[in-house]
Amino acid sequence: MSDRILLSTRKGLFDLRRKGKDNWSIAHEHFLGSPVTFALPVKKTLHVSITDGHFGPKMHKSADDGTSWEEAPTPALPEGDELSVSMVWAIEDDGAGRLWAGTLPGALFTSEDEGVSWQLVQSLWDDPSRPDWSGGGFDETGIHTICVDPRNRDHVIIAMSSAGVWRTEDGGASWEKRSSGLRAEYTPPELAHDPVQQDPHRVVQCASAPDMLWMQHHNGIFKSTDLGANWTELDQHEPSNFGFAVAVHPENPDRAWFVPGIKDEYRYPKDGKFVVTRTRDGGKSFDILSDGLPKAASYDLVYRHALDIDASGERLVMGSTTGGVWITENGGDSWYQLPERFPPIAAVTFA
Amino acid sequence: MAQLAFTQHLRDVIDTGQRPVPGDTVRAVLDAAFAHAPTARGYVLDDTGALRKHVAIFLNNKREDPKKVLDMPVTEACEIYVMQALSGG
Repeated sequence: MSDRILLSTRKGLFDLRRKGKDNWSIAHEHFLGSPVTFALPVKKTLHVSITDGHFGPKMHKSADDGTSWEEAPTPALPEGDELSVSMVWAIEDDGAGRLWAGTLPGALFTSEDEGVSWQLVQSLWDDPSRPDWSGGGFDETGIHTICVDPRNRDHVIIAMSSAGVWRTEDGGASWEKRSSGLRAEYTPPELAHDPVQQDPHRVVQCASAPDMLWMQHHNGIFKSTDLGANWTELDQHEPSNFGFAVAVHPENPDRAWFVPGIKDEYRYPKDGKFVVTRTRDGGKSFDILSDGLPKAASYDLVYRHALDIDASGERLVMGSTTGGVWITENGGDSWYQLPERFPPIAAVTFA
Repeated sequence: MAQLAFTQHLRDVIDTGQRPVPGDTVRAVLDAAFAHAPTARGYVLDDTGALRKHVAIFLNNKREDPKKVLDMPVTEACEIYVMQALSGG
């Protein structure tokens, strides 16, 4: 199991280490006071995205696991472009020396030199459908999901709020929309199945069965067994099918976890009861998990990057908009809460 | 005249179902609808009469430029959908 968690919060990056049973502590605080959007560990190198309210998006990098830091170049659009990068929302490593970064306003970047320089993925940026992309949660379109296929690093799936799901088989030289079967409730009816109107809040790919994808969408839960070529909507289940986060078991593609909220204009736990839902049979049925979660009324919301699962598939962590952190050691059957009251949490990552 | 419909999210302040409403521009059609539901006006337009930042108007299933859409001409065959923009949250 992973004994280290990086928490990206509105007021800094917290490096948590496990001290014993149900016992974690803050080993290090970094960038205290700054809005940290995302943190990616790659061996001993940490890549951190900060979204400064005054001075824009910034990247920081530590080559020694957080002992020392240097500011690194930020993915940037060409000078004179009518849009500019306002946030680096997601960073992923392909395990073979290439980094991917998804940004607002819907621009994707790669780095072949560990973040020393970034190259815009021009093919996606130039897609003729881009004028129809829209914002989801932010004013601009944002790329929040980058899934690199472990079998072939040039096969990558991305998801955008709101411009649907896309896939490349050639390292980003060309892209295909992968939104067949998705459905949008928030458009005129004739556009409900338009691929770029879809708002996937988060997509995850099963590490050992990468054809299997799970999606928490703006108005439902979908799964795909064929790398997004076709999506199937799951039936409504209690307490709701709305949410942001989803996690999939690394070895069993039929096991997935969600953190539901009341749809979509309200987004708080139904009846103030904060729960996790889990399927163990590919979405045919869902367990409502609440052991160890607050018994008193709770209005925590878990954002799309704020639920993670470790390589064991048994330990999960989630962090909420009101700064709560919960961990399970048994696949969600029971949870315990860390005693700290953290700032609002954007992302959690096992390291 | 145009066919006008609103997002279900506005159901507390206006009849959201599609129906024909008189007017030669999008703004005129909205004004005619708001005449019967004055509270709804402030949900769609801001205090200056501009479209609210996180409201989207689709004209014949095309999301139009928010700065121009209110003055666009409409005919009887036009469908106007007033939706919440996902950019608002």
